Amino acid sequence: MLSIKNLHASINGKEILKGINLEIRPGEIHAIMGPNGSGKSTLSAVLAGRELFEVTQGEVTFNGKDIFDLSPEERSREGLFLSFQYPVEIPGVSMVNFMKTALNEHRKHQGLESLSASDFLKLMRERKELVEIDSALTNRAVNEGFSGGEKKKNEIFQMAMLEPKLAILDETDSGLDIDALRIVANGVNKLKRPDNSTIVITHYQRLLEYIVPDFVHILFDGRIVKTGGKELALQLEDKGYDWIKNGEE
Amino acid sequence: MANDQDKILDEVTSSEYKYGFVTNIETETIPKGLSEDVVRLISQKKNEPEWMLEFRLKAFEHWQKMEMPQWAHLNIPDIDLQEVIYYAAPKQKPTLNSLDEVDPELLDTFNRLGIPLEEQKMLTGVAVDAVMDSISVKTTFRETLAEQGIIFCSMSEAIREHPDLVKKYLASVVPVTDNYFAALNSAVFSDGSFCYIPKGVKCPMELSTYFRINAANTGQFERTLIVADDDSYVSYLEGCTAPQRDENQLHAAVVEIVAMNNAEVKYSTVQNWYPGDKNGKGGIYNFVTKRGICKGVNSKISWTQVETGSAITWKYPSCILMGDNSYGEFYSVAVTNNHQQADTGSKMIHIGKNSRSRIVSKGISAGVSNNSYRGLVKVVKNAENSRNFSQCDSLLLGDQCGAHTFPYIEVDNPSAIVEHEATTSKIGEDQIFYCNQRGISTEDAVALIINGYAKEVLNKLPMEFAVEAQKLLQISLEGSVG
Repeated sequence: MLSIKNLHASINGKEILKGINLEIRPGEIHAIMGPNGSGKSTLSAVLAGRELFEVTQGEVTFNGKDIFDLSPEERSREGLFLSFQYPVEIPGVSMVNFMKTALNEHRKHQGLESLSASDFLKLMRERKELVEIDSALTNRAVNEGFSGGEKKKNEIFQMAMLEPKLAILDETDSGLDIDALRIVANGVNKLKRPDNSTIVITHYQRLLEYIVPDFVHILFDGRIVKTGGKELALQLEDKGYDWIKNGEE
Repeated sequence: MANDQDKILDEVTSSEYKYGFVTNIETETIPKGLSEDVVRLISQKKNEPEWMLEFRLKAFEHWQKMEMPQWAHLNIPDIDLQEVIYYAAPKQKPTLNSLDEVDPELLDTFNRLGIPLEEQKMLTGVAVDAVMDSISVKTTFRETLAEQGIIFCSMSEAIREHPDLVKKYLASVVPVTDNYFAALNSAVFSDGSFCYIPKGVKCPMELSTYFRINAANTGQFERTLIVADDDSYVSYLEGCTAPQRDENQLHAAVVEIVAMNNAEVKYSTVQNWYPGDKNGKGGIYNFVTKRGICKGVNSKISWTQVETGSAITWKYPSCILMGDNSYGEFYSVAVTNNHQQADTGSKMIHIGKNSRSRIVSKGISAGVSNNSYRGLVKVVKNAENSRNFSQCDSLLLGDQCGAHTFPYIEVDNPSAIVEHEATTSKIGEDQIFYCNQRGISTEDAVALIINGYAKEVLNKLPMEFAVEAQKLLQISLEGSVG
């Protein structure tokens, strides 16, 4: 599904990712944990194709394609989805219009016809129920005036609409209360299939109680310094990041 | 990122103006320059009655004492009005009995502009008056409209055939002495549309005038007059384009609207004059006076404009709200790109009691352009319980363009409520990326955001034109954000 080899990336000449290696197969859930500034969000941004960052070395293939040959929108249409840590507001653009444009781009890429208005609305209704998002939200402009929790739910709703092969959840738990966290996690779990994969980027072990990972990677100073099963997250929670930092020294 | 933005900004500037072609047609022009003789010559060319000539001469006399207005936030190069040709007409037979007699080149021109003049091919429900340079080429659906007593014809014909109406209303809203360009127009106007809706008639189709400047070095000075009698309704559309030429061309129009008791007039403009090239060479100088008077009680005038063209736009469609309970509206999207400059807005003059008005102005600036909103809301002493709401939004694309807002508010009645809201925003790189990440290309993302931003105004346009306008916005701003 996704293969990252020796990935280096920098911003304004400062190297943030210093040789990431990661292999993700269909059906797997990987958690990436790490302290602030370790490069977690940079990794997700680089994978999604944000031009802010410069890739200086390494290769990434997604479904066998060199990801750096693809524009951000092509990566999306190929099935890469990023749930943003801070989803932006787009005033004036209705969720319906936004989602319809996005979905039809994906369908076009797959050689499918655009959905009719009624089929689209039906699909939207279905997926809203699946991820338990408030109906009123989808009648508004994209993220405009949404609370932090609503924005995150809206990300998962969009994921449900686009059915990505690989979803990257960037700090999806930040700013969520426990109820919202459960709803978001339930949504992600319901969307899980044997042929899709998920990367959960998080600070805390809390989210991983709901979305149970197959692998946990600890990112520190731009490198994956430790990989283990789900128990690694608990260990980390216990000992704190100092354990890793000290281990490095 | 910065590079990307530059790259895309470059793309915008190279996006083509698709109406820039020139029609090769024999044109009759008069020598360039402006003088009393020229005014007389125009009047003579048009076989006008004596009273019309006097009207022109009076205007010309006034104009000579006036000076070009300099108060707008515009950098207007010196315009040598003696270098302009004031009358140019495609040569054709003096009177046309059927479309077969229209020069095929002319028909072809309007076909290419998407304005077919064969009635059976027209958008159903739109009657068109097609004006090329100084004269009206063809007015469609006249017979259908005449059955209901509606007069829709070129101004030249109206002067000949409906002199009483013209005498009564021409310059009744925009006096010849009103301003420099209105006076100039009054002296030299060549054609335009005239429309009269009789009492109690709801005009069954959209009326439309399509203006085309074709000849080189000419100015276009058209005059439009719309009179809606008691209890009548009409929706009027105006479109305009011009060939791509290196020199600047002058367009100074006057539009007057009169709405009597309970009458409603909706006036929509899609202005797409040639804006000049990406270095600011060429383009139309657009100095237009548009004003309506809500003369009767409960009357309503609504201006909707989508302004994407012209090198310079100077235009303030206004409403004089004289009748009690009258209502004026101004909805505008003005786009400036490259070196375009626009100073546009509205005036709402509240005179009648309970008169209400609403201004919604959406400016979009890209390139190194400057976009200004200028508006006046005036409430006179006796205008009890007047209300105005103004919303002026500016959207910036890139960091080299400017947006300005100049609201003027004069209130002389304590019961009036006048509200003004303004916002300025920028299409963010993060918004674009968010759309990209969902599979939407940058072009489509910009279009989505622009259309969302301008929605409130576009919704005011008649259906077919809303779609056109949406496309036009997209073309005008193609790729202007990275």
